[in-house]
Amino acid sequence: MPEGKLVVSLTVNGQPVSATPETTVAAAVLIAGGYTRASVSGEPRAPLCGMGICFECRVWIDGRQHQRSCQILCAPGMDVRTP
Amino acid sequence: MRFDVVVVGAGPAGIAASVTSAREGRRVALVDDNLAAGGQIWRSGEALPRNAQKWIAALRSSEVLHLRGLQVFDHPAAGVILAERGEDCVALRYSKLILATGARELFLPFPGWTLPNVFGAGGLDAMARGGLPVAGKRVVVAGTGPLLLAVAAHLAARGAKIVAICEQAPLRRVVAFAGRMLKQPGKLLQGVGYGWGVRSKIHFSCWPVAAYGKTAIESVTLRKGKKQWTVFCDFLGCGFHLVPNTELAQLIGCQIDEGFVATDELQQTSVENVLCAGEPTGIGGVEMALIEGQIAGLAAVGAVEEARRLARRRRKMLGFVSALRKAYALDPELRRLAAENTIVCRCEDVAHGALREHRCWRDAKLQTRCGMGPCQGRVCGAATEFLFGWRADGVRPPVFPALVSSLAGANFVSGNSSEA
Repeated sequence: MPEGKLVVSLTVNGQPVSATPETTVAAAVLIAGGYTRASVSGEPRAPLCGMGICFECRVWIDGRQHQRSCQILCAPGMDVRTP
Repeated sequence: MRFDVVVVGAGPAGIAASVTSAREGRRVALVDDNLAAGGQIWRSGEALPRNAQKWIAALRSSEVLHLRGLQVFDHPAAGVILAERGEDCVALRYSKLILATGARELFLPFPGWTLPNVFGAGGLDAMARGGLPVAGKRVVVAGTGPLLLAVAAHLAARGAKIVAICEQAPLRRVVAFAGRMLKQPGKLLQGVGYGWGVRSKIHFSCWPVAAYGKTAIESVTLRKGKKQWTVFCDFLGCGFHLVPNTELAQLIGCQIDEGFVATDELQQTSVENVLCAGEPTGIGGVEMALIEGQIAGLAAVGAVEEARRLARRRRKMLGFVSALRKAYALDPELRRLAAENTIVCRCEDVAHGALREHRCWRDAKLQTRCGMGPCQGRVCGAATEFLFGWRADGVRPPVFPALVSSLAGANFVSGNSSEA
């Protein structure tokens, strides 16, 4: 992460992650080393389209499920959950 | 909320349309599901081209009401669309509606394409612009279309190691297309600018046949004719050019020809008071989208003379649209990429082997749940059209998954549900 930029602190599955305010939640999940969802047969999945149409990036954010993380920017104190 | 003109989609076409209508003194709303204006092609996070800066500045200084992060999901009656953001739902009433819903990438299934860190080509670019670190990462960019070079150049500028660029189209067709662009020096310079630094990595008539990895992609096997080789990579961006977003137009009942929204020369669709501009009318790129947006913006407010003048300019650009389509037409061999157990529908995990015995999209949908997940066939519908020649059937509301409360007409931030 470039120095001197504002930093946002959030958690992904309880693990602290620092990101710039321009970072999407989808990118933060990948930075944290995770994936975004488990498919109906249990495969790990991560974003495909990056533009909100494939729904592979769905995560829980602050207790709300099915949030398309590639369309949402990181915010301070955000609680992101993935399988 | 009531407007003279409602524009759906804040890419180049939608920005041009809304700014143009607002200049004529009309009350205009521009509704978009993204957080920033520019659509997919003018994604922020990077210095934008000059015409992008110009148009986005024009939007900012205009009277257009730009509604961000709002997903349009229904058109319950003529003159009104419904959109939601989080738990809020809003009814937007229009005298004229301009659809500028853009395009998405075509994704074709191949073994391993569902692994994490396999993205679309534009998808990987969008993720990088959204903060995914690519510096030092080994990246393969694959698929087809002029976008591949732009993506590779952009990722390289961010420090990615471009391992290979695989363009499925043969060299001779791309050269013929480039030759045509010589007649439009601006476009050619654009292409050269994109590709110069990474051009030595390009392979033509080449595509990925399988991606491998345990929890994410680690390597990809590429094929060019009879030659096949495997490279290590951290990210694969693979997209087979663009398919138009026509779902909302279909829901409204606009006539679709060969997969695109049919319009007259003033961007009027077959439905009264509904216009369409940009990629949904034909994949033509930014300049085409801008001119169509302006034509629609003028036509919507009755500035017909001015609109016709621009329509004459647009007509001269149509050759580019068909040249683009011919140059990057898909190799039929790509239909054989998916194996028996390769997932085609990622939402419902439906494999190729379970689909190919069906006669049509509707049949497959009912028997296998293909296309029944939250993406509503936006990924697998286009893929099965190429793989099996299926055409997706009619669109029903909601065109995007919506909250039950929104569907029930509750949570209206403007007026109440009886207004809907």
